[in-house]
Amino acid sequence: MPTNRPVIKGAATALAHTPGLVRYGSKPFRESKAQPEFLAELTRGLWSYDKACRYLPNQVFIGSQPPARLWEVEQPWFDKLAESDAGEPPFGHILEERRFLALLACADPFKHVLLRERFWEETSPLLSDSPLTAALASQTPPLLADAQLDAELEAADCLPLFANGEDAPVGVVKTGHSEDEALSAPVLLENLACKVSGALSMHELLNHVEGLDLSDVDLVLSCSEEAVGDRYQRGGGNMAKAIAEFAGCDLATGIDIKDFCAAPIPAMVIGASLVESGVFKNVVVVGGGSLPKLGMKCLYQLEQGIPVLEDALAAVAVWIGRDDGKSPVVNLQGVGRHPIKAGAALDKQFRELVLGPLRRLEWGVDRLDRVVTELHNPDIMVTAKAGDVAARNYKMMAAMLAMAKEIDRSDIAGFARAKGVCGYAPTQGHIASGFVYVPHALREMAAGAIRNCMLVARASLFLGQMTELTDGMSVLIERNGD
Amino acid sequence: MDLEDQGRIKELAEEYGKDGIVVLLGAPTTESSQVQFETVTTGDPSYAGPLAGVELGLDAYHVFEPNVKAAIDPDQYAENIEILEMGLDADAIVGALAGMRAG
Repeated sequence: MPTNRPVIKGAATALAHTPGLVRYGSKPFRESKAQPEFLAELTRGLWSYDKACRYLPNQVFIGSQPPARLWEVEQPWFDKLAESDAGEPPFGHILEERRFLALLACADPFKHVLLRERFWEETSPLLSDSPLTAALASQTPPLLADAQLDAELEAADCLPLFANGEDAPVGVVKTGHSEDEALSAPVLLENLACKVSGALSMHELLNHVEGLDLSDVDLVLSCSEEAVGDRYQRGGGNMAKAIAEFAGCDLATGIDIKDFCAAPIPAMVIGASLVESGVFKNVVVVGGGSLPKLGMKCLYQLEQGIPVLEDALAAVAVWIGRDDGKSPVVNLQGVGRHPIKAGAALDKQFRELVLGPLRRLEWGVDRLDRVVTELHNPDIMVTAKAGDVAARNYKMMAAMLAMAKEIDRSDIAGFARAKGVCGYAPTQGHIASGFVYVPHALREMAAGAIRNCMLVARASLFLGQMTELTDGMSVLIERNGD
Repeated sequence: MDLEDQGRIKELAEEYGKDGIVVLLGAPTTESSQVQFETVTTGDPSYAGPLAGVELGLDAYHVFEPNVKAAIDPDQYAENIEILEMGLDADAIVGALAGMRAG
């Protein structure tokens, strides 16, 4: 008998390879303003679409490889590219840059993104030929002849758009208001990049998951990292509704959920709670890509002569609906939260987020098959001298569990391989949180490899300088019928 | 080490003298511990802060080092520090600082 018990009916990913947008990531943008010659160095460090497709962490992200493959291939991975994989990726595609740039214009109702006429003529057939992008590119965006585009590019406050390292701009992003920093060209580009990548992940969901009709979606929750708004209300929102509209969910409304990098887990908990309460039937939690994070660690990579690895916008979409008797269940009794008094130390956070729900459920650690925390790609973090984030988190989590006498001290070293996952996600924090792993968790549960999975996300609230606190939340997903 | 901390340590060293101060480090990684150790001994390696080019030569120890651990109440250490010692690469941090002291 169907109930309102919330289940995860599907999950998908989208990766847009956007080397031409790396220059507009926060770090490269600041660097190129300070030293104009930096752009040439940056461009030399970017790699091709083909190489991005053959990069192991990207293949794991789109489901072409299982996460366990990461344990088998020695790090670093950027110099061990796989053969091209022509098969259909299980979770989503890696979109080539020209199509993504064209979609930026298609997604812009206020016509601040203008494309070169010739570029659109070359690119629109590619968009309409693909089931992923055809519906998103149903209308022709504003186009400019070469001379008109050159004239637009004269404006000091616009941003030229470049594709795949080509010298000639293929379009331009104009400012939305000359006296409103919240509508400047860089902010509009950041927001549109999030909107397009988020909508792509929703269409991947549609294409990869049986039974989902966009007209059945009644709520979209965005856990993205942008801040849509104007000078009177920066961060006013609502990216969720903008993504829902662009994706074609005509009967949906939307709400943004904010909690720095942890936002996807509160969004999933809220979405599941709204399904269980009966307020909404089908909720899609979507995280669009974060443009400011592109090239975040590029200085380290350029210094070491390795590729600029943060060159793709990553998005994830998760569909939460009512119990169908087969999809994995969101166990709302297994939600870990981080009270203010818990403190910001990593071990204290994990005590609340991991041990808290286990104790409440009266579960021993042996009953937990998988626990997933930040899965930042170690290729990026280690070369940036920040260490392997996932490995460090698992060691601290294991130490906390050993002190709580949940595991033996001798099990600390092997904890990551026994219960965890090797990092592989782009460094867009909300994506790298446990959120990125949802499609793999569903696949592993369907295959019987795991019975359950705890997703753990943490947030550095202190970065916003309103509090010195951190935050975090965790949620347990279980195989249906267990 | 952030610039504010560097300035504060410099002020304290000037006020109390080198022999009146011990710096207790709590950085979570080998590299950050080494940078902090270097900053308060031979100067800020990034040349960005008040201790750039300033050789304070202060005594500095990480909280995981045996002589520091021995000076802390065992119950307090177990409650507040031991879990971090287990969860971080404490042996590497202790070894790295010993190596730096040995020159």
